[in-house]
Amino acid sequence: MPDCSCRQFRAVAIGVSTGGVSALKFLLGRLPADFELPLLVVTHISPDSDDGLAVLLDTLCAIRVKEADEQEAITHGTAYLAPANYHMLVERGGTLAFSIDPPVNFARPSVDVLFESAADVYGAALIGVILTGAGFDGSKGLLKIKNSGGLAIVQDPADAEMDSMPKSALGLLTADHVVPLKELPNLLMRLARRKPCR
Amino acid sequence: MTSAELIDIEIKLLMEGVYQVYGYDFREYADASLRRRLIQWLSGSGFATLSLAQSEVLRDPVLFDTLLRGITVNVSEMFRDPAFFKTVRVQVVPHLKTYPFLKIWHAGCSTGEEAYSMAILLLEEGLKGRFRIYATDINEDVIRKARKGIYPLQEIKRFTKNYQHSGGTGSFSDYYTARYDHAILNPSLQENIVFAAHNLAVDSDFGEMNLILCRNVMIYFKQPLKERVLGLFDSSLVLGGFICLGTKESLDHRLIANRYEEIKPRTQIYRKRYARL
Repeated sequence: MPDCSCRQFRAVAIGVSTGGVSALKFLLGRLPADFELPLLVVTHISPDSDDGLAVLLDTLCAIRVKEADEQEAITHGTAYLAPANYHMLVERGGTLAFSIDPPVNFARPSVDVLFESAADVYGAALIGVILTGAGFDGSKGLLKIKNSGGLAIVQDPADAEMDSMPKSALGLLTADHVVPLKELPNLLMRLARRKPCR
Repeated sequence: MTSAELIDIEIKLLMEGVYQVYGYDFREYADASLRRRLIQWLSGSGFATLSLAQSEVLRDPVLFDTLLRGITVNVSEMFRDPAFFKTVRVQVVPHLKTYPFLKIWHAGCSTGEEAYSMAILLLEEGLKGRFRIYATDINEDVIRKARKGIYPLQEIKRFTKNYQHSGGTGSFSDYYTARYDHAILNPSLQENIVFAAHNLAVDSDFGEMNLILCRNVMIYFKQPLKERVLGLFDSSLVLGGFICLGTKESLDHRLIANRYEEIKPRTQIYRKRYARL
């Protein structure tokens, strides 16, 4: 689908692994409190982590950052982090759900699981973002987002702390935007502000 | 109409058919995980779409069985969330010790890992011969596996670490025998556990339980089914009994919530009050 200037988005889904903490600090830290979209984030954390990362990011960021809760209604201006040892999915009614299905791409939470379920619900109104990370989780999910009409953004591998996740995604699909991390906050703000045609 | 919307319609029709033909009710399962599992089953089934599969599934019980396994397989590990088992050991067991005999219902026990974990915990706390665990699951296939108590050896390292963090007082290696690439749990652990098939969506309650363990099972259910299951638990539990939920689950905003009190914030362990509020 062409990147028409009047497209309106409903959510941003972000996948990140190695190097994720500093990437998220930078990205979420530069979004305004009234950011128009919700952000759904999977970062590969160890199974015994608590909600410490969400709590830390919340104190550093203007937007609200929290560990996702079961059946929580998704609202704009908030970043939801998938809890450790659970997959995070989006339900039709715009709520969050979890599963303990086996790890996907050796990961639980897995970026693919989030992206695929979000693409089913938001279709063309979804922005998918792959940031720094080792491995290849998120590539298939980002392809599904593109195939559902959504927008694919990949961090420039040359700019990423670990380039394999971005490289893997770019090997599978043509991204709409390949950008260094420092340009990402402005890009997302620009995309989030778009109003419908007419 | 998008293909995602079309697939949702196919799922709805298939689940209605499955309920009417086989009596298994997945109509109140949460969409996203059910869709993911069905698509996964479909990819290995040889059918191009769920609509094409439906005609055969409704006529062929053997094929239905593969679908049933595909959509009801839950996974677990021994002493999953060690902090939870530690809380049970420290905060709940002292109450349990006041009963001459304990009945525990482990609903959605999958392949049995957590049921065996609970048996180990209670034995270490000196309750030998004083408890029975009724471990149930909708999926008869996993029940058969649970009865065997055989797990891949590669899992044992994680189980051992979990056990240690959960406050285990013995040595985890005392509870299994390694054979080739598998670990077989001591058969004596099974003396305390009854594994049986039970469907939370349609079957009735179990009487007079002291503790109900149902962790990460209701995350797959929609609200009305969650309420039904919690109602079932409520009517199966003695006053002063305990309901244990998964790390990301809670009784907040549920119909039975005011009859329960969380023993400590964020433990997801709830005690049924003796007196009505």
